[in-house]
Amino acid sequence: MKAKKTEELIFKTFMIISSIIIISILFYIIGTIIYKGLPALDIDMLTKIPGGGFFLGKEGGVLNAIVGSLYIILGSLVIGLAISVPLVIYINFYLPKKSWLATLVRFSFDILFGVPSIVYGAFGFALMIFLGIRASLLGGIIAIALLIMPIMMRSFDEVAKLLSRDLPDALLSLGATRYEMAKVIIKQLMPGLVTAILLSVGRGIGDAAAVLFTAGYTDNIPTSLGQPAATLPLSIFFQLGSPVEEVQNRAYASAAILTLVILILSLSARYFSSKYQKNKI
Amino acid sequence: MRYIRVVKDRTARHLMLGIALFSLLLLLVIGITLLFKALPIMREKSLGTLLTSGNWKPFKGDFGFYPFIISTLYVSAIAIIIALPLSLLTSIYLNTYATKGIRKIFEPVIDLLSGIPPVIYGVWGSLAIVPLIAEKISPHFVEFSSGYSVLAGGLVLAIMILPLLVSILTEVFRSIPKEMTDASLAMGATKWQTVKKVILRKSLTGIIAAIVLSVSRAFGETIAVLMVCGNIPLIPKSVFDACYPLPALIANNYGEMMSMPGYESALMLGAFLLFFIILIFNAVSRLTLNQIENRYSL
Repeated sequence: MKAKKTEELIFKTFMIISSIIIISILFYIIGTIIYKGLPALDIDMLTKIPGGGFFLGKEGGVLNAIVGSLYIILGSLVIGLAISVPLVIYINFYLPKKSWLATLVRFSFDILFGVPSIVYGAFGFALMIFLGIRASLLGGIIAIALLIMPIMMRSFDEVAKLLSRDLPDALLSLGATRYEMAKVIIKQLMPGLVTAILLSVGRGIGDAAAVLFTAGYTDNIPTSLGQPAATLPLSIFFQLGSPVEEVQNRAYASAAILTLVILILSLSARYFSSKYQKNKI
Repeated sequence: MRYIRVVKDRTARHLMLGIALFSLLLLLVIGITLLFKALPIMREKSLGTLLTSGNWKPFKGDFGFYPFIISTLYVSAIAIIIALPLSLLTSIYLNTYATKGIRKIFEPVIDLLSGIPPVIYGVWGSLAIVPLIAEKISPHFVEFSSGYSVLAGGLVLAIMILPLLVSILTEVFRSIPKEMTDASLAMGATKWQTVKKVILRKSLTGIIAAIVLSVSRAFGETIAVLMVCGNIPLIPKSVFDACYPLPALIANNYGEMMSMPGYESALMLGAFLLFFIILIFNAVSRLTLNQIENRYSL
Protein backbone atom coordinates (compact mmCIF):
# COMPACT_ATOMS: atom_id res chain seq x y z
CA MET A 1 0.00 0.00 0.00
CA LYS A 2 2.78 2.34 0.94
CA ALA A 3 4.93 1.37 -2.04
CA LYS A 4 2.39 2.50 -4.60
CA LYS A 5 2.00 5.86 -2.89
CA THR A 6 5.77 6.36 -2.83
CA GLU A 7 6.06 5.44 -6.48
CA GLU A 8 3.31 7.90 -7.33
CA LEU A 9 5.05 10.63 -5.37
CA ILE A 10 8.40 10.00 -7.05
CA PHE A 11 6.97 10.12 -10.55
CA LYS A 12 4.80 13.11 -9.80
CA THR A 13 7.91 14.94 -8.61
CA PHE A 14 9.70 14.03 -11.84
CA MET A 15 6.75 15.31 -13.84
CA ILE A 16 6.67 18.62 -12.03
CA ILE A 17 10.43 18.97 -12.44
CA SER A 18 10.31 18.37 -16.18
CA SER A 19 7.42 20.81 -16.58
CA ILE A 20 9.43 23.42 -14.70
CA ILE A 21 12.47 22.67 -16.87
CA ILE A 22 10.46 23.30 -20.03
CA ILE A 23 9.11 26.60 -18.75
CA SER A 24 12.53 27.73 -17.55
CA ILE A 25 14.14 26.88 -20.89
CA LEU A 26 11.75 29.30 -22.57
CA PHE A 27 12.61 32.06 -20.11
CA TYR A 28 16.31 31.22 -20.35
CA ILE A 29 16.27 31.56 -24.14
CA ILE A 30 14.27 34.78 -24.24
CA GLY A 31 16.23 36.15 -21.27
CA THR A 32 19.60 35.44 -22.87
CA ILE A 33 18.62 37.03 -26.17
CA ILE A 34 17.11 40.15 -24.58
CA TYR A 35 19.96 40.52 -22.08
CA LYS A 36 22.60 40.29 -24.80
CA GLY A 37 20.64 42.17 -27.43
CA LEU A 38 19.05 45.15 -25.69
CA PRO A 39 22.29 46.98 -24.78
CA ALA A 40 23.36 46.99 -28.43
CA LEU A 41 19.94 48.00 -29.67
CA ASP A 42 19.58 51.64 -30.67
CA ILE A 43 17.49 53.67 -33.03
CA ASP A 44 20.15 53.48 -35.76
CA MET A 45 19.70 49.70 -35.88
CA LEU A 46 16.09 50.16 -36.87
CA THR A 47 16.32 53.15 -39.17
CA LYS A 48 19.55 52.84 -41.12
CA ILE A 49 20.79 50.49 -43.77
CA PRO A 50 24.34 49.15 -43.39
CA GLY A 51 26.93 51.83 -44.13
CA GLY A 52 30.34 51.21 -45.66
CA GLY A 53 32.34 48.86 -43.44
CA PHE A 54 29.24 47.77 -41.52
CA PHE A 55 30.62 44.28 -41.18
CA LEU A 56 33.82 45.71 -39.71
CA GLY A 57 31.94 47.45 -36.96
CA LYS A 58 31.26 50.81 -38.62
CA GLU A 59 27.93 52.57 -38.49
CA GLY A 60 24.65 51.43 -39.92
CA GLY A 61 21.64 49.33 -39.04
CA VAL A 62 19.59 46.46 -40.28
CA LEU A 63 16.75 48.37 -41.94
CA ASN A 64 17.55 46.53 -45.19
CA ALA A 65 16.83 43.22 -43.47
CA ILE A 66 13.71 44.46 -41.69
CA VAL A 67 12.21 45.84 -44.90
CA GLY A 68 13.33 42.79 -46.88
CA SER A 69 11.67 40.45 -44.42
CA LEU A 70 8.50 42.56 -44.52
CA TYR A 71 8.35 42.56 -48.32
CA ILE A 72 8.90 38.82 -48.48
CA ILE A 73 6.31 38.01 -45.85
CA LEU A 74 3.70 40.32 -47.41
CA GLY A 75 4.26 38.84 -50.84
CA SER A 76 4.10 35.27 -49.61
CA LEU A 77 0.97 36.05 -47.56
CA VAL A 78 -0.81 37.15 -50.73
CA ILE A 79 0.12 33.91 -52.51
CA GLY A 80 -0.57 31.79 -49.45
CA LEU A 81 -4.00 33.31 -48.86
CA ALA A 82 -4.95 33.08 -52.52
CA ILE A 83 -4.39 29.34 -52.38
CA SER A 84 -5.29 28.25 -48.87
CA VAL A 85 -8.54 30.21 -48.36
CA PRO A 86 -10.34 28.81 -51.44
CA LEU A 87 -8.87 25.41 -50.68
CA VAL A 88 -10.20 25.31 -47.12
CA ILE A 89 -13.62 26.62 -48.19
CA TYR A 90 -13.75 24.04 -50.94
CA ILE A 91 -12.87 20.97 -48.89
CA ASN A 92 -15.09 22.02 -45.98
CA PHE A 93 -18.19 23.45 -47.62
CA TYR A 94 -18.24 22.25 -51.22
CA LEU A 95 -17.23 18.64 -50.86
CA PRO A 96 -19.44 16.18 -48.98
CA LYS A 97 -18.59 15.53 -45.34
CA LYS A 98 -16.66 12.30 -45.84
CA SER A 99 -14.96 13.10 -49.14
CA TRP A 100 -11.81 11.22 -50.09
CA LEU A 101 -10.47 14.30 -51.89
CA ALA A 102 -10.71 16.35 -48.69
CA THR A 103 -8.96 13.60 -46.71
CA LEU A 104 -6.23 13.39 -49.33
CA VAL A 105 -5.71 17.17 -49.43
CA ARG A 106 -5.51 17.38 -45.62
CA PHE A 107 -3.07 14.48 -45.54
CA SER A 108 -0.82 15.96 -48.20
CA PHE A 109 -0.73 19.28 -46.34
CA ASP A 110 0.13 17.44 -43.12
CA ILE A 111 3.14 16.06 -44.94
CA LEU A 112 4.00 19.38 -46.59
CA PHE A 113 3.98 20.85 -43.08
CA GLY A 114 6.73 18.41 -42.13
CA VAL A 115 8.93 19.19 -45.13
CA PRO A 116 11.93 21.15 -43.80
CA SER A 117 12.53 24.68 -44.97
CA ILE A 118 15.92 23.79 -46.46
CA VAL A 119 14.11 21.48 -48.89
CA TYR A 120 11.74 24.28 -49.87
CA GLY A 121 14.82 26.43 -50.34
CA ALA A 122 16.51 23.85 -52.57
CA PHE A 123 13.30 23.27 -54.52
CA GLY A 124 12.75 27.00 -54.94
CA PHE A 125 16.34 27.33 -56.11
CA ALA A 126 15.93 24.54 -58.69
CA LEU A 127 12.68 26.13 -59.85
CA MET A 128 14.38 29.51 -60.21
CA ILE A 129 17.19 28.07 -62.33
CA PHE A 130 14.55 26.42 -64.51
CA LEU A 131 12.68 29.71 -64.93
CA GLY A 132 15.86 31.74 -65.26
CA ILE A 133 15.29 33.90 -62.17
CA ARG A 134 18.27 34.96 -60.06
CA ALA A 135 18.27 35.11 -56.25
CA SER A 136 15.70 37.83 -55.70
CA LEU A 137 12.76 39.16 -53.77
CA LEU A 138 10.49 37.11 -56.03
CA GLY A 139 12.44 33.92 -55.34
CA GLY A 140 12.23 34.53 -51.60
CA ILE A 141 8.51 35.21 -51.82
CA ILE A 142 7.90 31.92 -53.67
CA ALA A 143 9.99 29.88 -51.21
CA ILE A 144 8.36 31.41 -48.13
CA ALA A 145 4.90 31.06 -49.69
CA LEU A 146 5.56 27.33 -50.09
CA LEU A 147 6.76 27.20 -46.50
CA ILE A 148 3.79 28.97 -44.91
CA MET A 149 1.01 27.53 -47.06
CA PRO A 150 0.70 24.28 -45.06
CA ILE A 151 0.62 26.17 -41.74
CA MET A 152 -1.97 28.60 -42.99
CA MET A 153 -4.11 25.90 -44.57
CA ARG A 154 -3.99 23.59 -41.56
CA SER A 155 -4.78 26.18 -38.92
CA PHE A 156 -7.55 27.77 -41.00
CA ASP A 157 -8.94 24.32 -41.70
CA GLU A 158 -9.06 23.53 -37.97
CA VAL A 159 -11.35 26.50 -37.43
CA ALA A 160 -13.45 25.86 -40.53
CA LYS A 161 -14.06 22.26 -39.42
CA LEU A 162 -15.53 23.54 -36.16
CA LEU A 163 -18.06 25.88 -37.78
CA SER A 164 -21.58 24.69 -37.21
CA ARG A 165 -23.31 23.31 -40.31
CA ASP A 166 -26.45 25.33 -39.54
CA LEU A 167 -25.13 28.51 -41.11
CA PRO A 168 -24.21 27.06 -44.52
CA ASP A 169 -27.44 25.03 -44.52
CA ALA A 170 -29.54 28.09 -43.74
CA LEU A 171 -27.81 30.12 -46.46
CA LEU A 172 -28.30 27.42 -49.06
CA SER A 173 -31.94 26.90 -48.20
CA LEU A 174 -32.50 30.64 -48.64
CA GLY A 175 -31.44 30.17 -52.23
CA ALA A 176 -27.84 31.38 -52.07
CA THR A 177 -25.36 29.77 -54.41
CA ARG A 178 -22.40 28.04 -52.79
CA TYR A 179 -20.20 30.93 -53.88
CA GLU A 180 -22.44 33.46 -52.10
CA MET A 181 -22.51 31.19 -49.09
CA ALA A 182 -18.71 31.08 -49.05
CA LYS A 183 -18.52 34.88 -48.85
CA VAL A 184 -20.66 34.90 -45.69
CA ILE A 185 -18.77 32.01 -44.16
CA ILE A 186 -15.41 33.71 -44.64
CA LYS A 187 -16.67 36.67 -42.63
CA GLN A 188 -17.74 34.28 -39.90
CA LEU A 189 -14.33 32.61 -39.93
CA MET A 190 -12.39 35.88 -39.84
CA PRO A 191 -10.85 35.46 -36.35
CA GLY A 192 -9.64 32.00 -37.34
CA LEU A 193 -8.15 33.41 -40.50
CA VAL A 194 -6.36 36.12 -38.53
CA THR A 195 -4.85 33.47 -36.25
CA ALA A 196 -3.74 31.48 -39.29
CA ILE A 197 -2.15 34.59 -40.80
CA LEU A 198 -0.32 35.50 -37.59
CA LEU A 199 1.04 31.96 -37.21
CA SER A 200 2.25 31.93 -40.80
CA VAL A 201 3.86 35.35 -40.48
CA GLY A 202 5.67 34.13 -37.37
CA ARG A 203 7.02 31.09 -39.13
CA GLY A 204 7.79 32.86 -42.39
CA ILE A 205 9.54 35.87 -40.91
CA GLY A 206 11.85 33.74 -38.78
CA ASP A 207 12.96 31.29 -41.40
CA ALA A 208 16.46 31.44 -42.76
CA ALA A 209 17.05 28.18 -44.62
CA ALA A 210 14.39 28.77 -47.28
CA VAL A 211 15.54 32.29 -48.18
CA LEU A 212 19.25 31.49 -48.08
CA PHE A 213 19.19 30.14 -51.63
CA THR A 214 16.32 32.08 -53.01
CA ALA A 215 16.33 35.68 -51.78
CA GLY A 216 20.08 36.24 -51.62
CA TYR A 217 21.43 39.06 -49.50
CA THR A 218 22.06 42.74 -50.02
CA ASP A 219 22.87 45.87 -48.06
CA ASN A 220 20.23 47.84 -49.90
CA ILE A 221 16.48 47.91 -49.81
CA PRO A 222 15.11 46.14 -52.91
CA THR A 223 13.10 48.36 -55.24
CA SER A 224 11.79 45.66 -57.56
CA LEU A 225 10.88 41.99 -57.47
CA GLY A 226 13.99 41.08 -59.46
CA GLN A 227 16.47 42.46 -56.93
CA PRO A 228 17.95 40.40 -54.11
CA ALA A 229 16.55 41.06 -50.64
CA ALA A 230 18.09 40.79 -47.18
CA THR A 231 16.14 39.10 -44.40
CA LEU A 232 16.34 39.49 -40.64
CA PRO A 233 17.30 35.87 -39.79
CA LEU A 234 20.04 35.84 -42.41
CA SER A 235 21.34 39.20 -41.24
CA ILE A 236 21.60 37.76 -37.71
CA PHE A 237 23.38 34.72 -39.10
CA PHE A 238 25.91 36.69 -41.15
CA GLN A 239 26.61 39.27 -38.44
CA LEU A 240 27.22 36.52 -35.89
CA GLY A 241 29.75 34.98 -38.24
CA SER A 242 31.90 38.12 -38.06
CA PRO A 243 34.96 38.08 -35.81
CA VAL A 244 34.43 41.76 -34.85
CA GLU A 245 32.80 42.11 -31.45
CA GLU A 246 30.66 45.13 -32.33
CA VAL A 247 29.18 43.30 -35.28
CA GLN A 248 28.42 40.31 -33.09
CA ASN A 249 26.69 42.60 -30.61
CA ARG A 250 24.56 43.91 -33.43
CA ALA A 251 23.70 40.31 -34.28
CA TYR A 252 22.37 39.97 -30.73
CA ALA A 253 20.46 43.22 -31.10
CA SER A 254 18.92 41.97 -34.35
CA ALA A 255 18.09 38.69 -32.62
CA ALA A 256 16.33 40.68 -29.89
CA ILE A 257 14.29 42.53 -32.52
CA LEU A 258 13.25 39.27 -34.16
CA THR A 259 12.42 37.65 -30.81
CA LEU A 260 10.23 40.59 -29.78
CA VAL A 261 8.37 40.44 -33.12
CA ILE A 262 7.79 36.70 -32.68
CA LEU A 263 6.63 37.19 -29.07
CA ILE A 264 4.06 39.74 -30.15
CA LEU A 265 2.86 37.64 -33.09
CA SER A 266 2.57 34.47 -31.04
CA LEU A 267 0.71 36.09 -28.16
CA SER A 268 -1.72 37.90 -30.45
CA ALA A 269 -2.38 34.67 -32.38
CA ARG A 270 -3.35 33.07 -29.09
CA TYR A 271 -5.49 36.08 -28.18
CA PHE A 272 -7.43 35.87 -31.44
CA SER A 273 -7.94 32.12 -31.26
CA SER A 274 -9.17 32.30 -27.65
CA LYS A 275 -11.52 35.13 -28.59
CA TYR A 276 -12.90 32.97 -31.34
CA GLN A 277 -13.49 30.08 -28.97
CA LYS A 278 -15.32 32.41 -26.62
CA ASN A 279 -17.67 33.49 -29.38
CA LYS A 280 -18.38 29.91 -30.27
CA ILE A 281 -19.46 28.59 -26.90
CA MET B 1 -29.30 38.29 -63.27
CA ARG B 2 -29.84 34.76 -62.14
CA TYR B 3 -27.57 33.51 -64.90
CA ILE B 4 -24.58 35.58 -63.73
CA ARG B 5 -24.88 34.19 -60.21
CA VAL B 6 -24.79 30.65 -61.49
CA VAL B 7 -21.83 31.34 -63.77
CA LYS B 8 -19.92 32.89 -60.86
CA ASP B 9 -20.67 29.87 -58.72
CA ARG B 10 -19.57 27.44 -61.42
CA THR B 11 -16.33 29.33 -62.13
CA ALA B 12 -15.48 29.49 -58.44
CA ARG B 13 -16.14 25.78 -58.03
CA HIS B 14 -13.88 24.81 -60.93
CA LEU B 15 -11.17 27.18 -59.81
CA MET B 16 -11.24 25.71 -56.30
CA LEU B 17 -11.14 22.16 -57.61
CA GLY B 18 -8.14 23.19 -59.69
CA ILE B 19 -6.37 24.57 -56.62
CA ALA B 20 -7.11 21.39 -54.68
CA LEU B 21 -5.69 19.18 -57.42
CA PHE B 22 -2.69 21.45 -57.87
CA SER B 23 -1.92 21.28 -54.16
CA LEU B 24 -2.05 17.49 -54.31
CA LEU B 25 0.55 17.56 -57.06
CA LEU B 26 2.90 19.80 -55.09
CA LEU B 27 4.60 16.99 -53.15
CA LEU B 28 5.13 15.08 -56.36
CA VAL B 29 6.54 18.12 -58.15
CA ILE B 30 9.01 18.84 -55.33
CA GLY B 31 10.18 15.23 -55.29
CA ILE B 32 10.57 14.95 -59.05
CA THR B 33 12.37 18.29 -59.38
CA LEU B 34 14.94 17.40 -56.73
CA LEU B 35 15.42 13.91 -58.14
CA PHE B 36 15.84 15.31 -61.65
CA LYS B 37 18.53 17.69 -60.37
CA ALA B 38 20.25 14.83 -58.55
CA LEU B 39 20.37 12.53 -61.59
CA PRO B 40 23.73 13.70 -63.04
CA ILE B 41 25.66 12.70 -59.92
CA MET B 42 23.80 9.41 -59.65
CA ARG B 43 24.76 8.57 -63.23
CA GLU B 44 28.44 9.07 -62.38
CA LYS B 45 28.45 7.00 -59.23
CA SER B 46 26.14 4.43 -57.77
CA LEU B 47 23.86 5.52 -54.96
CA GLY B 48 25.48 2.90 -52.74
CA THR B 49 28.96 4.43 -53.12
CA LEU B 50 27.62 7.93 -52.57
CA LEU B 51 25.89 6.96 -49.34
CA THR B 52 28.64 4.81 -47.83
CA SER B 53 31.79 6.65 -48.88
CA GLY B 54 33.38 8.90 -46.29
CA ASN B 55 35.31 11.00 -48.79
CA TRP B 56 33.98 14.53 -49.27
CA LYS B 57 36.34 16.25 -51.69
CA PRO B 58 34.22 18.24 -54.13
CA PHE B 59 37.36 19.55 -55.86
CA LYS B 60 38.33 16.03 -56.84
CA GLY B 61 34.79 14.99 -57.59
CA ASP B 62 34.44 12.79 -54.50
CA PHE B 63 31.02 13.11 -52.92
CA GLY B 64 30.68 10.70 -50.00
CA PHE B 65 27.62 11.43 -47.86
CA TYR B 66 28.46 9.02 -45.06
CA PRO B 67 29.86 11.56 -42.52
CA PHE B 68 26.84 13.82 -43.02
CA ILE B 69 24.33 11.02 -42.68
CA ILE B 70 26.05 9.76 -39.52
CA SER B 71 26.14 13.31 -38.09
CA THR B 72 22.45 13.79 -38.79
CA LEU B 73 21.64 10.48 -37.10
CA TYR B 74 23.84 11.30 -34.07
CA VAL B 75 22.38 14.73 -33.35
CA SER B 76 18.82 13.52 -33.91
CA ALA B 77 19.36 10.52 -31.62
CA ILE B 78 20.73 12.74 -28.84
CA ALA B 79 17.85 15.16 -29.35
CA ILE B 80 15.16 12.51 -28.98
CA ILE B 81 16.92 10.82 -26.02
CA ILE B 82 16.87 14.13 -24.13
CA ALA B 83 13.51 15.41 -25.32
CA LEU B 84 11.43 12.25 -24.97
CA PRO B 85 11.52 11.74 -21.18
CA LEU B 86 11.02 15.47 -20.58
CA SER B 87 8.04 15.70 -22.89
CA LEU B 88 6.49 12.39 -21.80
CA LEU B 89 6.59 13.40 -18.15
CA THR B 90 5.32 16.88 -18.90
CA SER B 91 2.44 15.78 -21.09
CA ILE B 92 1.39 13.08 -18.63
CA TYR B 93 1.45 15.72 -15.94
CA LEU B 94 -0.60 18.14 -18.04
CA ASN B 95 -3.06 15.43 -18.95
CA THR B 96 -3.60 13.72 -15.60
CA TYR B 97 -2.46 15.83 -12.69
CA ALA B 98 -2.37 19.47 -13.68
CA THR B 99 -5.20 21.83 -12.88
CA LYS B 100 -6.88 23.82 -15.61
CA GLY B 101 -4.89 26.87 -14.55
CA ILE B 102 -1.54 25.16 -15.02
CA ARG B 103 -2.63 23.89 -18.43
CA LYS B 104 -3.57 27.45 -19.37
CA ILE B 105 -0.07 28.60 -18.41
CA PHE B 106 1.49 25.90 -20.53
CA GLU B 107 -0.35 26.66 -23.75
CA PRO B 108 1.47 29.93 -24.51
CA VAL B 109 4.76 28.41 -23.31
CA ILE B 110 4.50 25.63 -25.90
CA ASP B 111 3.27 28.15 -28.52
CA LEU B 112 6.27 30.39 -27.92
CA LEU B 113 8.81 27.58 -27.86
CA SER B 114 7.56 26.35 -31.21
CA GLY B 115 7.34 29.91 -32.53
CA ILE B 116 10.92 30.92 -31.75
CA PRO B 117 12.79 30.93 -35.08
CA PRO B 118 15.63 28.44 -35.66
CA VAL B 119 18.17 31.25 -36.00
CA ILE B 120 17.33 32.43 -32.46
CA TYR B 121 17.86 28.90 -31.15
CA GLY B 122 21.17 29.00 -32.96
CA VAL B 123 22.19 32.31 -31.35
CA TRP B 124 21.14 31.04 -27.95
CA GLY B 125 22.94 27.76 -28.49
CA SER B 126 26.17 29.52 -29.35
CA LEU B 127 25.79 31.85 -26.37
CA ALA B 128 24.67 29.35 -23.74
CA ILE B 129 25.19 25.74 -24.80
CA VAL B 130 28.51 25.90 -26.66
CA PRO B 131 30.47 27.59 -23.83
CA LEU B 132 28.77 25.30 -21.31
CA ILE B 133 30.06 22.26 -23.16
CA ALA B 134 33.50 23.71 -23.84
CA GLU B 135 34.15 24.91 -20.28
CA LYS B 136 32.01 22.86 -17.91
CA ILE B 137 31.09 19.51 -19.42
CA SER B 138 33.77 18.37 -21.85
CA PRO B 139 36.86 18.87 -19.57
CA HIS B 140 35.58 15.96 -17.48
CA PHE B 141 35.63 13.62 -20.45
CA VAL B 142 38.02 14.75 -23.19
CA GLU B 143 41.15 16.89 -23.41
CA PHE B 144 39.76 19.56 -25.63
CA SER B 145 36.48 20.48 -27.22
CA SER B 146 35.59 23.76 -28.85
CA GLY B 147 32.03 23.23 -27.71
CA TYR B 148 30.78 23.23 -31.27
CA SER B 149 29.89 19.58 -31.21
CA VAL B 150 27.46 16.74 -31.67
CA LEU B 151 26.26 17.28 -28.11
CA ALA B 152 25.59 20.99 -28.69
CA GLY B 153 23.58 20.17 -31.82
CA GLY B 154 21.68 17.45 -29.99
CA LEU B 155 20.83 19.70 -27.05
CA VAL B 156 19.60 22.57 -29.20
CA LEU B 157 17.59 20.17 -31.36
CA ALA B 158 16.12 18.54 -28.26
CA ILE B 159 14.70 21.87 -27.18
CA MET B 160 13.47 22.61 -30.68
CA ILE B 161 11.45 19.39 -30.91
CA LEU B 162 10.10 19.64 -27.35
CA PRO B 163 7.02 21.71 -28.25
CA LEU B 164 6.07 19.39 -31.11
CA LEU B 165 6.48 16.31 -28.89
CA VAL B 166 4.54 17.79 -25.98
CA SER B 167 1.64 18.92 -28.14
CA ILE B 168 1.31 15.63 -30.03
CA LEU B 169 1.69 13.51 -26.89
CA THR B 170 -0.93 15.58 -25.09
CA GLU B 171 -3.28 15.02 -28.04
CA VAL B 172 -2.56 11.29 -27.96
CA PHE B 173 -3.24 11.01 -24.24
CA ARG B 174 -6.38 13.10 -24.56
CA SER B 175 -7.75 10.71 -27.18
CA ILE B 176 -8.03 7.93 -24.60
CA PRO B 177 -11.67 7.67 -23.49
CA LYS B 178 -12.35 8.97 -20.01
CA GLU B 179 -14.36 5.80 -19.26
CA MET B 180 -11.18 3.74 -19.41
CA THR B 181 -9.21 5.81 -16.95
CA ASP B 182 -12.27 6.26 -14.75
CA ALA B 183 -12.73 2.49 -14.63
CA SER B 184 -9.14 2.04 -13.54
CA LEU B 185 -9.40 4.74 -10.88
CA ALA B 186 -12.67 3.28 -9.60
CA MET B 187 -10.97 -0.07 -9.08
CA GLY B 188 -8.68 1.63 -6.58
CA ALA B 189 -5.67 2.22 -8.78
CA THR B 190 -3.69 5.35 -8.06
CA LYS B 191 -3.35 7.96 -10.78
CA TRP B 192 0.18 6.83 -11.54
CA GLN B 193 -0.90 3.20 -11.78
CA THR B 194 -3.60 4.27 -14.21
CA VAL B 195 -1.03 6.16 -16.23
CA LYS B 196 1.31 3.19 -16.28
CA LYS B 197 -1.17 0.40 -16.91
CA VAL B 198 -3.86 2.12 -18.97
CA ILE B 199 -2.76 5.40 -20.53
CA LEU B 200 0.80 4.51 -21.55
CA ARG B 201 -0.18 1.06 -22.74
CA LYS B 202 -3.11 2.33 -24.78
CA SER B 203 -1.09 5.11 -26.39
CA LEU B 204 2.04 3.18 -27.28
CA THR B 205 1.49 3.48 -31.04
CA GLY B 206 0.74 7.18 -30.63
CA ILE B 207 3.95 7.70 -28.69
CA ILE B 208 5.95 5.93 -31.38
CA ALA B 209 4.29 8.04 -34.07
CA ALA B 210 5.13 11.19 -32.11
CA ILE B 211 8.77 10.07 -31.86
CA VAL B 212 9.00 9.37 -35.59
CA LEU B 213 7.46 12.73 -36.41
CA SER B 214 9.82 14.69 -34.16
CA VAL B 215 12.87 12.75 -35.35
CA SER B 216 11.97 13.72 -38.90
CA ARG B 217 11.70 17.33 -37.72
CA ALA B 218 15.18 17.01 -36.24
CA PHE B 219 16.55 15.57 -39.49
CA GLY B 220 15.57 18.66 -41.44
CA GLU B 221 16.54 21.39 -39.00
CA THR B 222 19.17 23.55 -40.64
CA ILE B 223 20.26 26.93 -39.38
CA ALA B 224 20.29 26.23 -35.64
CA VAL B 225 22.31 23.05 -36.13
CA LEU B 226 24.63 24.76 -38.57
CA MET B 227 25.42 27.39 -35.93
CA VAL B 228 26.41 24.99 -33.14
CA CYS B 229 27.75 21.81 -34.75
CA GLY B 230 31.18 22.94 -35.92
CA ASN B 231 30.73 21.70 -39.50
CA ILE B 232 33.76 19.49 -40.13
CA PRO B 233 33.12 16.75 -42.69
CA LEU B 234 34.59 13.91 -40.63
CA ILE B 235 32.93 11.14 -38.72
CA PRO B 236 32.73 12.33 -35.09
CA LYS B 237 34.48 10.04 -32.60
CA SER B 238 32.76 11.32 -29.48
CA VAL B 239 29.84 13.61 -28.71
CA PHE B 240 32.34 16.40 -28.08
CA ASP B 241 33.65 16.31 -31.64
CA ALA B 242 32.36 18.60 -34.33
CA CYS B 243 29.97 17.13 -36.85
CA TYR B 244 28.30 18.19 -40.08
CA PRO B 245 24.64 17.23 -40.54
CA LEU B 246 23.20 17.00 -44.04
CA PRO B 247 20.98 20.14 -43.97
CA ALA B 248 23.94 22.20 -42.73
CA LEU B 249 26.00 20.91 -45.64
CA ILE B 250 23.38 22.01 -48.14
CA ALA B 251 22.96 25.43 -46.54
CA ASN B 252 26.67 26.10 -46.19
CA ASN B 253 27.60 25.46 -49.79
CA TYR B 254 24.86 27.14 -51.76
CA GLY B 255 27.18 29.87 -52.99
CA GLU B 256 29.93 27.62 -54.29
CA MET B 257 27.73 24.99 -55.71
CA MET B 258 27.14 26.61 -59.06
CA SER B 259 30.81 26.74 -59.98
CA MET B 260 31.76 23.06 -59.83
CA PRO B 261 30.51 20.23 -61.99
CA GLY B 262 28.60 17.69 -60.00
CA TYR B 263 28.59 19.80 -56.85
CA GLU B 264 25.13 21.25 -57.34
CA SER B 265 23.83 17.84 -58.31
CA ALA B 266 25.36 16.26 -55.21
CA LEU B 267 23.76 18.85 -52.92
CA MET B 268 20.42 18.40 -54.65
CA LEU B 269 20.79 14.67 -54.02
CA GLY B 270 21.27 15.57 -50.35
CA ALA B 271 18.08 17.62 -50.44
CA PHE B 272 16.24 14.80 -52.17
CA LEU B 273 17.39 12.26 -49.58
CA LEU B 274 16.17 14.54 -46.78
CA PHE B 275 12.87 15.10 -48.55
CA PHE B 276 12.31 11.42 -49.25
CA ILE B 277 13.12 10.15 -45.76
CA ILE B 278 11.11 12.87 -44.07
CA LEU B 279 8.22 12.22 -46.46
CA ILE B 280 8.11 8.54 -45.49
CA PHE B 281 8.48 9.25 -41.77
CA ASN B 282 5.76 11.89 -41.90
CA ALA B 283 3.36 9.79 -43.92
CA VAL B 284 3.65 6.81 -41.58
CA SER B 285 3.32 8.79 -38.38
CA ARG B 286 0.50 11.02 -39.65
CA LEU B 287 -1.49 7.99 -40.78
CA THR B 288 -1.03 6.41 -37.37
CA LEU B 289 -2.00 9.59 -35.54
CA ASN B 290 -5.08 10.10 -37.74
CA GLN B 291 -6.17 6.56 -36.98
CA ILE B 292 -5.79 7.15 -33.25
CA GLU B 293 -7.81 10.32 -33.52
CA ASN B 294 -10.61 8.51 -35.33
CA ARG B 295 -10.57 5.36 -33.22
CA TYR B 296 -12.47 6.70 -30.27
CA SER B 297 -14.39 9.56 -31.82
CA LEU B 298 -17.62 8.46 -33.39
